[in-house]
Amino acid sequence: MSEHGMGAPPAEAPRPIAVVGASAAGLAAAETLRRSGWDGPLVLIGDEPHLPYDRPPLSKQLLLGAWEPDRLLLRTTDQLDPLGLDLRLGTRATGLDAATRTLTLVDGVGIPPLEQGRERGSLACAGVIIATGVTARTLPGAEHLAGVHTLRTLDDALALRARLADGGRRLVIVGNGVLGCEAAAVARGLGHEVTLVGRATVPMAGTVGAEIGGLLAEEHRARSVRLRTGVVDGFETVNGFETGNGFETGNGFKTANGFETAGDRVTGVRLADGTRLPADLVLLAIGSEPAVRWLTDPSLDTVDGLRCDAYCAAAPGIYAAGDVARWDHPVHGRPLRFEHRMNATEQGMAAARNLLAELAGEGIDIPAPDRRPFAPVPYFWSDQYDIKMQAYGLTAGADRTETTVLDRDARRAVALYGRDGTATGVLAIGLPPRQVRALRAVIATPVPWEEARDRIRTATGSG
Amino acid sequence: MKITLDTDKCCAAGQCVLIAPEVFDQRDEDGIVVLLDDAPPAEQHDAVREAAAICPAAAIEIQA
Ligand SMILES: Cc1cc2nc3c(=O)[nH]c(=O)nc-3n(C[C@H](O)[C@H](O)[C@H](O)COP(=O)(O)OP(=O)(O)OC[C@H]3O[C@@H](n4cnc5c(N)ncnc54)[C@H](O)[C@@H]3O)c2cc1C
Ligand code: SF4
Repeated sequence: MSEHGMGAPPAEAPRPIAVVGASAAGLAAAETLRRSGWDGPLVLIGDEPHLPYDRPPLSKQLLLGAWEPDRLLLRTTDQLDPLGLDLRLGTRATGLDAATRTLTLVDGVGIPPLEQGRERGSLACAGVIIATGVTARTLPGAEHLAGVHTLRTLDDALALRARLADGGRRLVIVGNGVLGCEAAAVARGLGHEVTLVGRATVPMAGTVGAEIGGLLAEEHRARSVRLRTGVVDGFETVNGFETGNGFETGNGFKTANGFETAGDRVTGVRLADGTRLPADLVLLAIGSEPAVRWLTDPSLDTVDGLRCDAYCAAAPGIYAAGDVARWDHPVHGRPLRFEHRMNATEQGMAAARNLLAELAGEGIDIPAPDRRPFAPVPYFWSDQYDIKMQAYGLTAGADRTETTVLDRDARRAVALYGRDGTATGVLAIGLPPRQVRALRAVIATPVPWEEARDRIRTATGSG
Repeated sequence: MKITLDTDKCCAAGQCVLIAPEVFDQRDEDGIVVLLDDAPPAEQHDAVREAAAICPAAAIEIQA
């Protein structure tokens, strides 16, 4: 248990820095730790069996079949080697004691075997960076139903892709947010019949507002995607398992929410208003939950992500980055959490630098400048058909939106988002890159609404 | 320093241009990255490394 115990590493053995979550944010953190001078042991822990890969292409090039999984690798083994990582794939972290910075890892798995500071599956660390991302939300009763999919991991995407390989299936996508919309576009491209169901009347309304959502709705309709507003009430199923004696009968069960699943293969989706949508395949794209369940230490606040301060610190020596982190954005003045690819990298880098600065302050011999608050200009993009949407700043949660459609047929538009009289975000579809970068400059820091509006008109020549 | 771009992966985020405008640009039609200088001078190297690290599509590769 203690450093003086039998078989414990010698006192002078440096403790490792551990990064939990071997994806975009975790990899960026690990690389930054090395680049910033951490030459002690560095453990990167990921519960997926794959080398770090990129997620945005899962709902785009990979699902379409244009790319194979190796195109998604964030780094080749040749690029990883110089980092000297103790890389533990297929290894799940199951606990963290924040006060002692000690991780618990699932026993018996992990490649290569645990070495540094190993004490029965626990890893005492100099510092920890948590980058465990989010997991796809699902519906009760869906887990065991053939034909119902989620789309978060490479394995998810490959499973769905296999089912979409030949056209002509009836696909119902539950959830009309960004993921549902992108998947709808790909599935239409592959020749499937697609119905997109959401609570909001237009796609992505919560993220981009009603007007941009309306423009997207037009595009999806023009491509023959059926758009439905509604709430899912349950699945219709049959027993798809053919046995020697015909079809096997399943055990029907009813969950607390009234979801009924008697069979084992989905045949349709039922909406609360009684509508039945026949389906060969269902994609649940109903959002995600931060992967914080393993963080049971009561000193950590894990309500909607791991709560961090402006430096991305959740506790002394414990930092977080990427989709899982909810931190005090110093410019926007409230805790924010983003599920954006750009943020994963930037925050991974920031958390790594700040952790090193803290360790230097604790007397560990590393060159490190002061800790700096993490204050990025948020950025996300989405690709649907020929539409590329790009947004800077905060577009969700706006109390004011102004959308200028520059060319309806060519789907060129710009939208401004604001809160409390201040412009906080901007979104562009179909604008040349120079103009998009000019828009970023407009809301890089919050600006009074009127001023932002004038500058946007100038930047896009729409005034 | 040698820079290789995978323009197929580029998602036109333009971060590289913000960080190293002497080295990267974007095509007007679709925003795909363009290399202005495939062997930039030493004073650009830090910016180029930063751009490669931050690119959200891992589209920029650097050889020493
Ligand atoms: C299909 C899809 C399309 C997307 N498209 C876009 C887009 O177009 N634009 C955009 O800006 N963003 C997009 N995103 C979002 C973007 O991919 C994420 O913001 C980004 O992947 C976040 O990176 P992360 O490293 O924080 O988390 P993740 O990528 O979720 O990685 C977390 C990793 O930690 C692992 N893990 C979790 N718990 C544990 C544990 N206890 N122990 C060990 N390992 C654990 C997980 O298995 C996972 O591998 C998309 C996401 C998806 C799923
Ligand atoms: S940062 Fe990457 S994705 Fe963005 S334009 Fe440059 S190369 Fe393309």
